[in-house]
Amino acid sequence: MNAEGGEEARGTADLVARRSYGKLVAFLVTRTRDFAAAEDALAEAFALAMKDWPRNGCPANPEAWLLTVARRKAIDDFRGRRRDEIAAEQLAQISEGLEAAATAAEIPDQRLALMFACAHPAIDAGIRAPLMLQAVLGLDAKTIASAFLASPAGMSKRLVRAKEKIREAGIPLRIPERQELAGRLGAVLDAIYAAFSEGWTDPVGADAIRRDLTEEALFLARLVSELLPGDPEALGMLALMLYAHARRHARRQAQGEYVPLAEQDPAAWDAAMLAEAEALLARAGTMRSIGRYQLEAALQSAHVFRCRTGCANWPEVLQLYDALFALTGSPVVATNRALAIAELEGPEAGLRAMPEIAADPRLAEYQPYWAARAELLARAGVHDEARRAYELAIGLERDPAVRRFLERRQASLPA
Amino acid sequence: MQYILLAYTPETLWSDHSHEEKEKKLYAAYGPFVEALQKAGVVKGMNRLRLTKDATMVRVSEGKQQVLDGPYADSKEQLGGYFLIDVPDLDAALSWAARCPAAEHGAVEVRPIWEMQR
Repeated sequence: MNAEGGEEARGTADLVARRSYGKLVAFLVTRTRDFAAAEDALAEAFALAMKDWPRNGCPANPEAWLLTVARRKAIDDFRGRRRDEIAAEQLAQISEGLEAAATAAEIPDQRLALMFACAHPAIDAGIRAPLMLQAVLGLDAKTIASAFLASPAGMSKRLVRAKEKIREAGIPLRIPERQELAGRLGAVLDAIYAAFSEGWTDPVGADAIRRDLTEEALFLARLVSELLPGDPEALGMLALMLYAHARRHARRQAQGEYVPLAEQDPAAWDAAMLAEAEALLARAGTMRSIGRYQLEAALQSAHVFRCRTGCANWPEVLQLYDALFALTGSPVVATNRALAIAELEGPEAGLRAMPEIAADPRLAEYQPYWAARAELLARAGVHDEARRAYELAIGLERDPAVRRFLERRQASLPA
Repeated sequence: MQYILLAYTPETLWSDHSHEEKEKKLYAAYGPFVEALQKAGVVKGMNRLRLTKDATMVRVSEGKQQVLDGPYADSKEQLGGYFLIDVPDLDAALSWAARCPAAEHGAVEVRPIWEMQR
């Protein structure tokens, strides 16, 4: 083995892992119905590749090579575990299915079916995003736990339980029928967006795991929009993510201080990415079926337009928030809507439009609610109350740079 | 795969005799559901259970047999019947559960049957 060949083999393995991991897992799981066994088989195939490829050179079709090894391993495992009659029948079916596809030129892409299983309504909503990251991208439980601020042991246990449920409860590994698709796709999109938001909470990208998570979520969003090009919400969600991602560098000064949207320099935004977002949103619009993600993307588009041109477009923004609130009834949307009302009718009107904490107790722990309230109170000249609202917002924020920003706002209030 | 649909309903629906008409209507709703199950050829077994006031609990602890009157859990909804079905996957089982009248006035628990190795 020479060092150069080793490097190359490792490089190829990494590349295949990233590009094909989900495809290979999805292929194995849809045929064996056993998640853990498919992952084990694939892990072994990758381990063997690391030994074999540096010695014998990379195979012409690395994906097929890995699948052949994993397939053999999955079948051996099954045989080892089950020796009864039913098992013999199942085994024949499984190996037949695996053989048939292994001889095909291209491995069929069943990642979307896998994603639908991960986001099935029978799976606990909180574990859907982590499960998808593991199933489709092969992220390990430790990485996922860190990104979701959870304990590695707890996360690992919940992932195992969810995979067992897919197998034992007979959760189907297929794309739902047309009449069900829209409802079920929502859960898939929500899980991907949850992964994106988790990554997004580290705005400087100081934490490599969190920064990666936004990239991984973008990868999944692109995948869904490629596999379901006729779904406007899939396109809308990808657009929404791109609008946010295009501004990631402008959210911080060189010294790392937080810059709110209104003070960002539009020249620092990623223009190509924004153009892609605009195009996606326009394409979604032609499909004439509005939804939460398209509305949120449209709001981002309106903010980008205003900041770039200096044309105040608050009536349009308010209209979009009205539509979004009618659709979701979310107190988070209501909070942002109140800020738009304040731009049009003054801070008092904005304060009156703020949602009541009694309506949703979670608001009491929601930093942007208190920051918005503080901002409006300050503008209305109610300084003591504004100070208290800033205090709560500061206490609830986990990003130090945003905390410092809020502290500066609080300190600028007249005594 | 085989699943059992466990129908949990408030027993007051059935035991309250001042609502005899209502009871008839409720029970009648199961007619079309059962017929649909049979037409689809998915049903392996089904039964309606008598009320929990007629139930008896047995427990053996430290070799001593204990017999107790009444239901085990004191919850609002009680197991009132079951349907054993054989369908391809959970989604199919869930759509049958959703059609079951008990889903409307109570809840239907969908449990996969534990396949025994022979």
